[in-house]
Amino acid sequence: MDATNLLQLLVYGVVLGSILSLGAIGVSLLFGILRFSNFAHGDIMTFGAYCAYAMVTGLHWPVWASLPVGMAGAAAVSVAADQLVYRRLRRTQPVILLISSFGMALIVRSVATLIWGPQDHSYVKGIQMPMRFGDIVVRPDHLVILGGCVALVVAVHLFLSRTRMGKAMRALSDNMDLARVSGIDAERVIVWTWALGGALAGAAGVFLALDSRLTPMMGWSALLPIFAAAILGGFGKPYGAILGGMVIGIASEMSTAVLDPAYKPAVAFAVMIVMLIVKPTGLLGARR
Amino acid sequence: MMLDMRGLVGGYGGNDVLKGASLSVAAGEIVVIIGPNGAGKSTLMKSAFGLVVLRQGHVRFDGEDITNLRPDLVVRRGMSYVPQENNVFPSLSVQENLEMGAYLRKAGTAERMEQIFEIFPRLKERRKQTAGQMSGGERQMVAMGRALMLDPKLLLLDEPTAGLSPLFIEQTFERIVEVNRLGIGILMVEQNAKQALAIAHRGYVLAMGANRHQDSGAALLANRDIAEMFLGG
Amino acid sequence: MIEASGLADYGVFLLTLAAIYAVFTLALNVQWGMTGLFNIGIAGFYAIGAYTTAIVTTPPDAGHLGGFGLPFAVGLVAAMAVSGVIAVAVGLITLNLRADYLAIASIGIAEILRLIFKNETWLGNGVRGLSGIARPFSDDPLVYLVVVLAVLGLVYWAVERARLSPWGRVLRAIRENELGAQAAGKDVFRFRLAAFVLGSAVMGLGGALYAHFVGFISPEAFEPVFATFLVWVMLIAGGSGSNKGAVLGAFVIWALWSGTELLTAQLPASLVTQASAVRVLLIGVLLQVILLRRPQGLLPEEKPKRLR
Repeated sequence: MDATNLLQLLVYGVVLGSILSLGAIGVSLLFGILRFSNFAHGDIMTFGAYCAYAMVTGLHWPVWASLPVGMAGAAAVSVAADQLVYRRLRRTQPVILLISSFGMALIVRSVATLIWGPQDHSYVKGIQMPMRFGDIVVRPDHLVILGGCVALVVAVHLFLSRTRMGKAMRALSDNMDLARVSGIDAERVIVWTWALGGALAGAAGVFLALDSRLTPMMGWSALLPIFAAAILGGFGKPYGAILGGMVIGIASEMSTAVLDPAYKPAVAFAVMIVMLIVKPTGLLGARR
Repeated sequence: MMLDMRGLVGGYGGNDVLKGASLSVAAGEIVVIIGPNGAGKSTLMKSAFGLVVLRQGHVRFDGEDITNLRPDLVVRRGMSYVPQENNVFPSLSVQENLEMGAYLRKAGTAERMEQIFEIFPRLKERRKQTAGQMSGGERQMVAMGRALMLDPKLLLLDEPTAGLSPLFIEQTFERIVEVNRLGIGILMVEQNAKQALAIAHRGYVLAMGANRHQDSGAALLANRDIAEMFLGG
Repeated sequence: MIEASGLADYGVFLLTLAAIYAVFTLALNVQWGMTGLFNIGIAGFYAIGAYTTAIVTTPPDAGHLGGFGLPFAVGLVAAMAVSGVIAVAVGLITLNLRADYLAIASIGIAEILRLIFKNETWLGNGVRGLSGIARPFSDDPLVYLVVVLAVLGLVYWAVERARLSPWGRVLRAIRENELGAQAAGKDVFRFRLAAFVLGSAVMGLGGALYAHFVGFISPEAFEPVFATFLVWVMLIAGGSGSNKGAVLGAFVIWALWSGTELLTAQLPASLVTQASAVRVLLIGVLLQVILLRRPQGLLPEEKPKRLR
């Protein structure tokens, strides 16, 4: 394994990492406010990817133009799941929400399978000409993914730090009771949080499908590394989630230099376990 | 009376903490609730803010019945509440904390914030700092500043000096008097009963969820029985 | 006559699987219903149990570990033991953490086990799986149904005794008020670990029963949908905390699940490939309806009378 190969793996790692980051931000935001891990997040990603796929094949839109449709579709499903089910379960224990989201994951996945079929799809047919930077090979898709992820992360940062709704989300995540006595309409903020988390998941799904192939199981398989990223960054901390996603993505790809690639998903999990033992509050978390 | 609470019975999860307590605050008054631990002081105050389930009695604010009204609706009517603990948003900056206090405000947030900074100049210096990194006394200022952003008629303070050093305790009471001079009524629960009564117009002594005594602040301070029981001799 | 006997065979088949699921549901009830431990890695212990008994009881094969050709009963005990040992390791890492972390960790471990069984050919013959796992006494499905029902009865008896014992009361106390139990001098972690290990060992047993029933196992048999999700729906529908409810839930939901197969058989030919998605969709919706309308389940947990 020489330096070129390692650098090549690093490129793959950064691409995967930025996709995981987008997913992990949503998981982390929702956890911060509602105190439960949304097991449907992966399948919301898949759903968003299919919505974009419908635009690509149905209307022959380019992928970048279909991205907002994928994000909107995923956001709509997230908000609908909240309004139809989660909202009514919010007064019970958070684990009941967790079980419910597990069921929601299956519902969303089966609906996607029913509409678009169980077979694989890809956005663009044929082989793309890769670009060469020295000995490093980069696909044009990789640049689209990276650029898209960076733009979205910047947008999320601006939203959370500049807008009234974004600040209210952070306030709710800090202290729900205080937010309520300050006059913040928590229910409204929660709906917006679902919409934001869902939209980011939709984007992550489109990028994931662009990176490999679109399958009904795609999002569910990505869920574990996404949770690992969110835990690594400290659950409830969206900025930590970005860092966590990068670490998990790079560690997974780089591990193939020494491990059988079949174990890639296990690497994410191993990193997470070490984190849970050493510092459960996450990389950016306070010491306990 | 601006706030009028009569014959309150209620508590949390089916246990009645309040057993017929009553209390009132006139416009512009400072009123203090004192009493032994477990007397229901905080519970009585929270019941004004819809944070306690009341089975009997009523709460009137500005002539309107607000019994068991939701906190976010009470806020809209001009009452603000500063909890004893966890009363700031730790990961938000000082300025953002104040903005959250003004969440319901349609306009004039910047002007109001300048007014708050006049009362708490320290907050202006530290407006960019995260609230979680500040000292206990400074956090208390952030909490009060946040509660004042909506220009309330009445401010509820739950043990505003708990856990502060003597120097900060004194400063906090000075700030409370200053806020009161702007015409804002104050209802507070305090452990430092002597200092609190010294600035209060009136005080209530609560025991076992019901009224024991009520009098002017000065009279309660002078009362020998009260002094023995609650003021440390 | 042929049709009648075919129907009877189908009935025996359904009953056996329902009884195996009931073993899983009882195991999950020890972890979730009694103790409040959120394990969604049921598939992992299912796989461990199935592979363990396959390796222990099949005749020697150069292609993979074992087989050791040992009797059925040894296979079951070994399945429970291996599952239990792995549960100790998992529990030591995760049980002190929040419920979410246990959930995520448990599903991760299940996923890793699937990867191991899939990729390590020396262990379980990789994707080709293990075959020739024999039924005890006779190949007659009816005999095996009796065996499974006997094991189910034994498991029910054991977990019901555990529930009513002082040990079970401590578990419930921990579930309802962890700090209170701690204040009463109970070592909360040890009680949780014991419940987790007991439940996981019983899940291993369920996996072993399944392996001997179908005779062939491969990593693909342990998809989380079938193994984990159905068991959760069964327990919640039946009434978590109640062992009777757990068994009832397993039979009712299994009947419904099998019923949806008859339903999807009516679908037009163009949709036949989607049939399993329709079934999963129906079960997913059913879970939401139960959680919203009857969260306590068909047979709610009876609170034992307080000791004076």
